[in-house]
Parts: sequence; C-alpha cells; structure tokens
Amino acid sequence: MEKRFVYADNSATTKISKEVLDAMMPYLTEGYGNPSSIYKLGRDSKRAIETAREKCAAALGCTPSEIYFTGGGSESDNWALIGTAHKLAPTGKKHIITTAVEHHAILHTCAALEKEGFEVTYLPVDSEGKISLTDLENAIRPDTALVSIMYANNEIGVINPISEIGKICRKKGVLFHTDAVQAVGNVPINVTEQSIDMLSLSGHKIHAQKGVGILYIRRGINLPNLINGGGQERSKRAGTENVPAIVGLGVALENAVSDIPGKIEKVSKMRDRLIDGLLKIERTRLNGSRTDRLCGNVNISVEGVEGESLLLSLDLKGICASSGSACTSGSLDPSHVLLALGLPHEVAHGSLRLSISDETTDEDIDYILEVVPEVVDRLRSMSPLWERIKKAEK
Amino acid sequence: MLYSEKVMDHFSNPRNVGEIENADGIGEVGNAKCGDIMKMYLKIDNGVITDVKFKTFGCGAAIATSSIATEMVKGKTIKDALKLTNKAVVEALDGLPPVKLHCSVLAEQAMKSALSDYYRRQGIDPVPIVGEIGECEACH
Repeated sequence: MEKRFVYADNSATTKISKEVLDAMMPYLTEGYGNPSSIYKLGRDSKRAIETAREKCAAALGCTPSEIYFTGGGSESDNWALIGTAHKLAPTGKKHIITTAVEHHAILHTCAALEKEGFEVTYLPVDSEGKISLTDLENAIRPDTALVSIMYANNEIGVINPISEIGKICRKKGVLFHTDAVQAVGNVPINVTEQSIDMLSLSGHKIHAQKGVGILYIRRGINLPNLINGGGQERSKRAGTENVPAIVGLGVALENAVSDIPGKIEKVSKMRDRLIDGLLKIERTRLNGSRTDRLCGNVNISVEGVEGESLLLSLDLKGICASSGSACTSGSLDPSHVLLALGLPHEVAHGSLRLSISDETTDEDIDYILEVVPEVVDRLRSMSPLWERIKKAEK
Repeated sequence: MLYSEKVMDHFSNPRNVGEIENADGIGEVGNAKCGDIMKMYLKIDNGVITDVKFKTFGCGAAIATSSIATEMVKGKTIKDALKLTNKAVVEALDGLPPVKLHCSVLAEQAMKSALSDYYRRQGIDPVPIVGEIGECEACH
C-alpha cells in the first residue's frame, strides 16, 4: 500500500472543521468589535457570543447563564476544583474524591490542594479501568466538598457511569464535577438529567480551535471569581472575550452533538476492526474495557517494544499516534493510567493509543493495520527484551 | 520532543544492529522497568574492535545512542574505545533533549560492560581497566 498520512490522534487534538472556520472568519476580520462596547460593532460581537452560549447550553441541556467560556479544559478543571474547595473550606468541608486515572489537570490540581491542607481520596480502578460505585458511596464523608470523576478516560477511553455517579452525589448532598473533555460529542450528555453540577469541556477536541473551553456551573453554585476585572462571563472570568474562538466553539459543539448515535455506529465499526486487527499481533493486549469505551479509542500494549520508538516509526510512515510511554511525557514513569490498571512497567512502556474520528476512512484503517505489524516486527527484531520474552516462552 | 536530524537518522537507519555469534565480549545494561535495555556485542582481534553489533529496547534516543556508539568504536583499539564518553555520544548526535541524556550514559555503560566481559573472558579483572559500571542513575 502506498504511503499515506493518517491522523489517528484525535484525543490529543482535532482539525478545525471548515464550518467552524467559516463561522469564525468574520470575527477574525471585520467583526473585531469589543463585546463590551456600546456601538453596533461591539454589540454584534456581544450577540455572537450570546448566540454561541445558547448553542452550547442547548447542546449540554442547561440554560445559557450556566455556561462560562474559559481558556480550555485544564482551566475549567482548575476553576471547578480550586473554586469549590475554597468556597466550601470555611464550612469545614475539606475532602475531595476523584479517581486514580484522571487527567493531570485534575490530579495535579488535587495535589496542589493537598498541599493547602485538603484531603483527597483517589478511587482505584479495576483491570478494565472501571471504578466501583460502592467504593464511591463509601468514600463520601460528611466533610466531602466535591466529587470529580472524568466522563471518559483520555488514554484508555473508558466511559464512566456518570448518571449513576450524579444520582449518588445528589442523594448524599455532595457537589459533582466531571471532566468531559474526551466525552463530548461521543456520548449523549444532558447535565440536568444526569445530575451534573459542573462540567469541563475543551474546544479543540471537537474541531474548534485551541485555547477555548467551557465550564458549566449549575445555577445556585457560586464559585469564587477565576479572574478579577471587568464584567465578562458574569464577572467570574474577566478579560475581553476571545470572540472568534467562542463563536467557533458554539458551532463545533452544536455539530458535535447533532448525530451522536450515527457517529458511534460509524466510528465504532472502524475502531473494532482496528482492535481486532491489532490484537492479531502476538503478545498484545487491549487496555480498558472493550464495551464501555469511546467509539474512537484504541489503546493496546505491545510487549517487547517501547512506545516512543513505536510512535517515531509510525510517524516515519505517516501515522500520527500517541503513547502512554514514559518517554513521550518527559518523565521516566509510564502512564499513571496504565499502571493503575495493574500493568507491569515494561508492558506499560510499550503502549499505543490510536484515536480515530468520523473523518477516518476504511482505507486509513487498512493502512494502520498494514504498517503497525511491520513496525512492531522491526523493533522487536532489535529488542533484547523481546529476545528474552521469546526465550522464556520456550 | 525535539530530536536532531542525526538522532532521527540513527533511529530510522540504525547502524550495526544485530548479534555476533561467538562474540568476544557481550554487555547488557538498563532494565525493562525504566524502559531501556541495551545489549552490545564485540568481536576483538589483537586489541582492535573488528566488529560490533547492538540490540536495544528503548526510546528513539536509546536506539540512536546505541547506533552511534557502535559506529564510534568500530575499528578502534580497546584503549580508544574505553575513552568513549556519554558526552562524546551526545555531541556526535548533535545534542539530545535533557530528559534523554541518560540514554547516552547507557550507551557508554553498555560499551564498557561489553569490554569488561571481554577482559573477564581473558581471565583479567576488568575493574582496574574499565572501572565500576554503576546502575543507571536515572532509574533510581
């Protein structure tokens, strides 16, 4: 097969869609008014932001006044956690519950709060990457301020039972935040029906631009201001709005939720073909639940091969992918998510994440399935670890 | 991770990959837990390294440092090969990202470990000549 370019890293970021770019363009050119200005040029910008807010509210099942535009998923996560912690600390609530497999935007924020004197419970996951709802119920205490559990995992694609978690938190009277950065557009979300109090999302994972996101905050929850200044975002996050990015996000989110069942059907078929094909390579395993899984996520461990060299080799063949390998993160420890599944270090080092989208084609899947085994063979042929594994087999 | 063109060249076309049957010295350093294992094979005639091969499990930098280290000692005397430093390996690759410097240490250690094995096979204590080969510090 001829060399081609295959982008299989949609969990890292996505391509801006034409529709999003077209919607943004007027606000990158002639529509440059400051939304806070009184004249028409300003009012037009203001109206564009509020239209985007309405679209986002409709997509998430909330009211527009509950949508706060932020600088991205990490900012939203930081605001939800730190804001809630600081708000509730004076009432004696200094306990937070999260999971061991969250994104670093959550884990490192929790670590910072621990330094301030907050206590954090990290719920473990089983070998499939699932938390136990009983564990969650047992972990909730009278002094629990917040439960923060991701909607879907960014590395292994495991989807959490968010409605059930929402019910438990509501019953116990504890606030519930979810990092839905990977889930939006891949699973139906309705924050009201699912008893979600706060939800983070990011624009660039759904074909909008980088540097824009949302924190949904349920009415009645009054978080401390994130940025003090002007009256933007109900005075909670001051600073002149990023109008083109927000307009683009409105269109992107509207599109992302327009046909979720259709997307799931189309993409999961390609995902399953990819998983089945890759698992034919000897000594590979699928990481994360096969069933409760994002429609575009594939994460496999390939024994005897190190992740970064796998990625570099795939890149030479035109395939963009990602890994839970230590070497890609700049630390020497492999992915905390893969270790939480109970994978030995040496297996976690050799992981490969492919995240496909509805723009992926069957030809792309064919190409990946042709290239990955070749690359794995080459790397294994020069791997002393593989030599050892094969010797142990005999 | 920004790799130099030299690193990418040695990663995509590694020199001297493989094993040597009846090698005169074999060295292995690193461990699977920290994600790097390097194994070096040496053929030595009259104090000269006439052939050298390697096998590496590791990241792009690990493969590139192993490859260039083999190039740097091939045809050299043992005496010259013992002078191979991790710094020289890094320079020969036009630099490595800071988090990857330990890979160059591993390449130096793998070479020294193979030379130690050569001396041991000759019934010579390698420590006074090659020195102690420590564990990779980055792993601890």
